[in-house]
Amino acid sequence: MIEIKGLSKNWRGFSLKNVNLRVEKGEYFIILGPTAAGKTLLLELIAGFCEPNEGGIWINDKNVTRMTPEKRGTGFVYQDYSLFPHLTVKENIEFGLKIKGMPKSRIEEKSKEIMDILGISHLSHRRPRTLSGGEQQRVAIARGIVIEPSVMLLDEPLNALDARTQIQLRGELKKIHREAKLTTIHVTHDQTEAMVLADRIGVMMNGEIVQTGSPEEIFHFPLNERVAEFVGVENIIEGMVTSNEEGVATIRIDDHIMEAISSAKVGDRVRVCLRPESITIAPSKTLSSARNSFSGMITQLVPLGATCRIEIDCGFPLISLVTKTSAEDLGLRVGKGVCASFKASSVHVF
Amino acid sequence: MLERSKLTFKMSQEKTILIFTLLGVIILAFIVIPIVNMIATQVILDVDALIKTAKDLSVLKSIWLSIYAAFLATLIALIFGVPLAYVLARRDFWGKESIESIIDVPIVIPHTVAGIALLTVFGSHGLIGYPLSNYIGFVDALPGIVVAMLFVSVPFLINSAREGFESVDPRLENVARSLGASRWKAVCEITIPLASRHILVGAIMSWARAISEFGAVVIIAYYPMIASTLIYERFLSEGLSASRPVAVLLMIVCLLVFILLRAISARWKRYDRD
Repeated sequence: MIEIKGLSKNWRGFSLKNVNLRVEKGEYFIILGPTAAGKTLLLELIAGFCEPNEGGIWINDKNVTRMTPEKRGTGFVYQDYSLFPHLTVKENIEFGLKIKGMPKSRIEEKSKEIMDILGISHLSHRRPRTLSGGEQQRVAIARGIVIEPSVMLLDEPLNALDARTQIQLRGELKKIHREAKLTTIHVTHDQTEAMVLADRIGVMMNGEIVQTGSPEEIFHFPLNERVAEFVGVENIIEGMVTSNEEGVATIRIDDHIMEAISSAKVGDRVRVCLRPESITIAPSKTLSSARNSFSGMITQLVPLGATCRIEIDCGFPLISLVTKTSAEDLGLRVGKGVCASFKASSVHVF
Repeated sequence: MLERSKLTFKMSQEKTILIFTLLGVIILAFIVIPIVNMIATQVILDVDALIKTAKDLSVLKSIWLSIYAAFLATLIALIFGVPLAYVLARRDFWGKESIESIIDVPIVIPHTVAGIALLTVFGSHGLIGYPLSNYIGFVDALPGIVVAMLFVSVPFLINSAREGFESVDPRLENVARSLGASRWKAVCEITIPLASRHILVGAIMSWARAISEFGAVVIIAYYPMIASTLIYERFLSEGLSASRPVAVLLMIVCLLVFILLRAISARWKRYDRD
């Protein structure tokens, strides 16, 4: 378990302000935030590479705030892998075990085991610079895990990899975590990574943890507009609450009425936010369980590979994400009239 | 038309390179001609004197003394210079730039001046020389030669080692420490091996600079004579024909050692490259 209380640090233009965080044992915690939010600095503080100006860090109930890095037992993986270039893959992995003075036979056994798990046994005598990015990152992860750290700290570990390797390694990280139940703090700016891997997410912006919660909470119920924009809520619309009956609020947006699950009071000026993938597109008004249904015209259509981003003018702009196949089946094109609908429960109000 | 303008463009490009090369060749010739000329005239005109000199015990002794004293100076420079280089590479602190300037001072000041400065400190009545006078003598002794050589050569080692340490990503040390290594261990096992080529090159340059020293050495320790002092003395007392064979011999020995060391350092594993 990791506990961080009131942590502040200024360092080379980056700053952390009063960071409070609690990561449970065995949890996969993702710190999600834009570049230069101070994410790496937070990890380096946990590892002990630098000291905080204020606040404290506890690892498994032990105060490690003033402890040197070698006594903390964290496993650290940098974005650029940081493998020791003068050592072979095997020597890299065995580095921590040798330092600990583990008997030779045990070292052999452990490094073999971890190399098998990560599928890098065939690389054991190669030097890091002869490996691909994905291979290097596997070695870096193996080197960190093999010492059985109290917490695994991953600093944008998949960022420098190509898309295919990213997906592959993401899966492996998930698998390894499931099997080893290692407490992990993983820093990233990639939403998909956070969605796929995290048990819980902490959103970090300008050196502060703005919101923590499950992926569901973060992506569907962002705390404020800044978080909403960052986590990809593309529809943020202003309106006014005109009625609220047992938690179902009616919100007026210009001449349109939208329903949302919210406790907002009548007369409140609110922002409605809605993820683009929550909006279904149909050729004409259909009867469905969706309480909100708006007719409009497609004003823009951008293919994004497997999906298609569609802008619809319903009197107010709505952005929807549909699969490429359904866009083709429905014959969507600019100028076509369609009906956009979504559930009241998909609408988040703040 | 287009082809033609391309061609003129290419020609003007080539012209620049041509002029640069020409200028480079002139400066290279300036270095090579005196060296080759000296060795060649000696070998062609008076090879007997060269052979006689090579058998002259006092000459051999002085050359050996040059090499040995330079080696000691380099060793001391390694012990005290490399740690300083590490601190300069890793830490930012107030006054760091002044320290970096101080390190370069021995390169700037005339070496006779350096010799006099050293004599006032290491002389028998000097700041350090006096209290140590019962244990170690610097004037006209090996320690004096080593001190003079150290003074003029240590900047090369420190600067090169610092560059080496700067080229090693501090993240590697961080990772090593997270894996349980103390800073000392991380430096010894990760940083120094990765900076070793720079340190080696620095040591070679420092050694070479120490061997070539004359001005500072003569002032603090005329005797025992190192090779450059012997050459100077023979030149003054017996003229060019007596001093040249010694000079040629010293040059041949130095070049051989230098080439050998450079070859080793070039083959040294380079981890900083793909």
